[in-house]
Amino acid sequence: MVVATSSDIVRTADGTPLKARLQRVERARKLRAVGLVLPLFLFILISFVRPIVAMLQNGIDDPEYIGGELPQTMAALATWSGQDVPDETVFAALVGDLKQAQKDKSAPLIGKRLNYVLSGIRSKVIVTARKVDKLEAGPYKEAVIAIEPAWGQTETWLALRQAGSRFTPLYLMTVLDRTWPYASNAERNPATSMDLSPAFLILLAGFAGAFAVCQFGSRGAGAAPYLFAGTLAVLFLISIQQPDAFARYGVAAAGVLAGLSCFLGYAHPAWRPAAPYFLGGAIACLGWFVVLSTTVAVDPSQAVYMAIFVRTFWISLLVTLTTLVLGFPVAYLLASLPTKTSNLLMILVLLPFWTSLLVRTTAWFVLLLDNGVINDLLQFLHLTDHPLRLILSRFGTVVAMTHIQLPFTLLPIYSVMKTIPPSHVRAARSLGAGPFYAFWRVYFPQTVPGIAAGCLLTFILSLGYYITPALVGGPTDQMVSGFVALAINQENNWGKASALGTILLVATMILFFVYNRLVGVDKMKFG
Amino acid sequence: MRIELGLSGLLMAGVAAVGLSAATPAAAEDQLNVVSWGGAYQESQREAFFKPFAKDTSTKITEEEYNGEIAKIRAMVESKSVTWDVIDIDTQTALAACAEGILETIDWKKLGLDRSKFIGGDLQDCAVPNIVYATVIAYDTTKLNPGPTSIKDLFDLQKFPGKRGLQKNPFVNLEWALIADGVAIADVYKVLGTPEGVDRAFKKLDTIKSQTVWWEAGAQPPQLLADGQVVITSAWNGRIFNAVQKDKKPFKIVWDAQGFDWDWWSIPKGGPRVDLAYKFITYSSQPGPMANQTKYISYGPANKDAIPNVDPDVLPNLPTAPDNMKTALIVDPQFWADKGEELRTRFNAWLAQ
Repeated sequence: MVVATSSDIVRTADGTPLKARLQRVERARKLRAVGLVLPLFLFILISFVRPIVAMLQNGIDDPEYIGGELPQTMAALATWSGQDVPDETVFAALVGDLKQAQKDKSAPLIGKRLNYVLSGIRSKVIVTARKVDKLEAGPYKEAVIAIEPAWGQTETWLALRQAGSRFTPLYLMTVLDRTWPYASNAERNPATSMDLSPAFLILLAGFAGAFAVCQFGSRGAGAAPYLFAGTLAVLFLISIQQPDAFARYGVAAAGVLAGLSCFLGYAHPAWRPAAPYFLGGAIACLGWFVVLSTTVAVDPSQAVYMAIFVRTFWISLLVTLTTLVLGFPVAYLLASLPTKTSNLLMILVLLPFWTSLLVRTTAWFVLLLDNGVINDLLQFLHLTDHPLRLILSRFGTVVAMTHIQLPFTLLPIYSVMKTIPPSHVRAARSLGAGPFYAFWRVYFPQTVPGIAAGCLLTFILSLGYYITPALVGGPTDQMVSGFVALAINQENNWGKASALGTILLVATMILFFVYNRLVGVDKMKFG
Repeated sequence: MRIELGLSGLLMAGVAAVGLSAATPAAAEDQLNVVSWGGAYQESQREAFFKPFAKDTSTKITEEEYNGEIAKIRAMVESKSVTWDVIDIDTQTALAACAEGILETIDWKKLGLDRSKFIGGDLQDCAVPNIVYATVIAYDTTKLNPGPTSIKDLFDLQKFPGKRGLQKNPFVNLEWALIADGVAIADVYKVLGTPEGVDRAFKKLDTIKSQTVWWEAGAQPPQLLADGQVVITSAWNGRIFNAVQKDKKPFKIVWDAQGFDWDWWSIPKGGPRVDLAYKFITYSSQPGPMANQTKYISYGPANKDAIPNVDPDVLPNLPTAPDNMKTALIVDPQFWADKGEELRTRFNAWLAQ
């Protein structure tokens, strides 16, 4: 029998157990590693994560919350039915609050916040606050309505009550071109009847198709989520533009179908992988149904933001595609030429890359002017007899942005191509493949990780463009960032600016998710 | 170098700006940081106010430029690191910033000025009127002869074919559309306050939309005219005056329904040199310096007492000249504070169509 003694434990020279000693060394190393990473981590936390969280918060946690300025009114409104003009007690509370607001000079802020829902109410609130200051005793109801008839309207009170909640969907609704039914920018003549238009039927068919593929198709479970997500996206876009009854029923039908698919997906083991997507879709439909049921579309003359989002994504997509078409051959050339020549060409690619963005944008401005270099040349060559509209147009925006973004797409592709051994194509050729076949089946698939990385980089950077569209774009080319700047700098509406940022961020993340499913981010290579 | 700022970038830049300004040590008492709009306008202020004030009071004046961004003032005041002592501010921003509580309420007794002597002196609590400017239409006399004579001509593509330059903002443009459509100047805001009036204004703007080049910075319209990009443009009268006087451009202003508006001096709240800021405003509101400014730019001094000191040759070019006052459209700040957001949204939707 072996007796375990302390001498069995391996010790270091100074007598501490080796295990403990190793642990200590390991811990010290880990701490050093963390210490090295910590500055960057803190920097990212403070300069990146915190502002984004603040932005997301500002979009729903009302930065212009006025409940604090109107405590008595909000308390009195808690029991109000919302059907009719409130009674004397509420008016008395309002007079009390407005007298205080007049003292604190906060009446303009109350007016400004209400003005987001009821355009034109701002000055009425300020005038009321000034005049109620002189009211000594009740009854207040008639007196206040006499001062400003707007207080005799239910909408004013509905807007006031809504502004009394700290968390508000108002800003998010605004940037989705939705509003409350009582708001002044609500659609003036909303269509009430349900419109079974062809688009609606196509959508239903889409969902039924997704459902059928998922349930009965042989390899359906894989394809169904994409089919479903696409239909959902189309439905979302249509529901923003269409009369409400139509949109609501469409979304409700989609939700029910999605829920059913999800349920059946879980019931049948073969289709189980698709079920979570359907569950997500059903929840999204439910949420969107609630939004559609409680809000209305803004008047078409006030609907601007959805178009801006669509435009932002469309321009980014165009720029990404042009950079790819222009950049891919150049990257191929750079990767296949001898180092000496390719280095020279590389400088040509990188030189603009190192030039200030503003300088390059201004250069394009000069080139594209009506009487600029390009138009002069075209007229000199008699290719056109009048100046073409190159600047202040979509064309100018895409050209200038493509120029700026080209290296971002090109460089990842180039660095991936550098790693592809030329022997692969040679082997394919020697085995009888034609030049195009060898390129397409052997070379091109190996460049996909670089293409994926470059395109993603360019697309996401393009979404945030601000200066370039502002300088060379026309009024229909301004992108989301421009409107964020407008909201912050001119309108002093941080809630709206944050909501615009939130929607852009969420939409980008959804696209990234889809992109990840299609291409796979882990397969991407930046070099 | 300006870089493209994404969304997070904008916020990051804000954080960085606050951080930087917080690090600036509090300067000595005899320094004053004045912020204005740059260009020919700030140059006129430099000659008429900054230089003489610096000399008389042995104060060092440092200048900065901005574009009326209320967010910058707000960030400074909220982070308690105010480095701007006096700002030149436009009517709308002054109203909004005053409501936010980020500007000092002006104590006219402390200024030692007679408020009633100032055009529009009682319009704002947090600002002292500084100059009166006008948004006018102007044209190149070598291209159009005879040129337009009224605001109706701006909308008349038959009589004056060619591109128009207009500010990318509903401000003044909607008023002009209504006036050109036959609304009397006195009734403009009453009509524009109704949905039908707004529809009518946009309908009128529709008629020249395809022929319009939209400008954003005040320096653009003289350039658009000079480049021949447009035949008629709206502009701030001082910029056209400057182009005529300094660059000898053959431009002419049409004084009809010109938008009459102010620029103001304000003091951001909680700055370290409020007293000196008051002194500066008092100094630059005196008739002498104010009249002196008109030598450099043709904006009307807000102090009525300055008018007798103005060079008689310059006088007819000022928005405050009696002849020009007859045709003026006084821009209503309260109307734009109320309806601005709605109309701007509609304007942007209209532009995107």
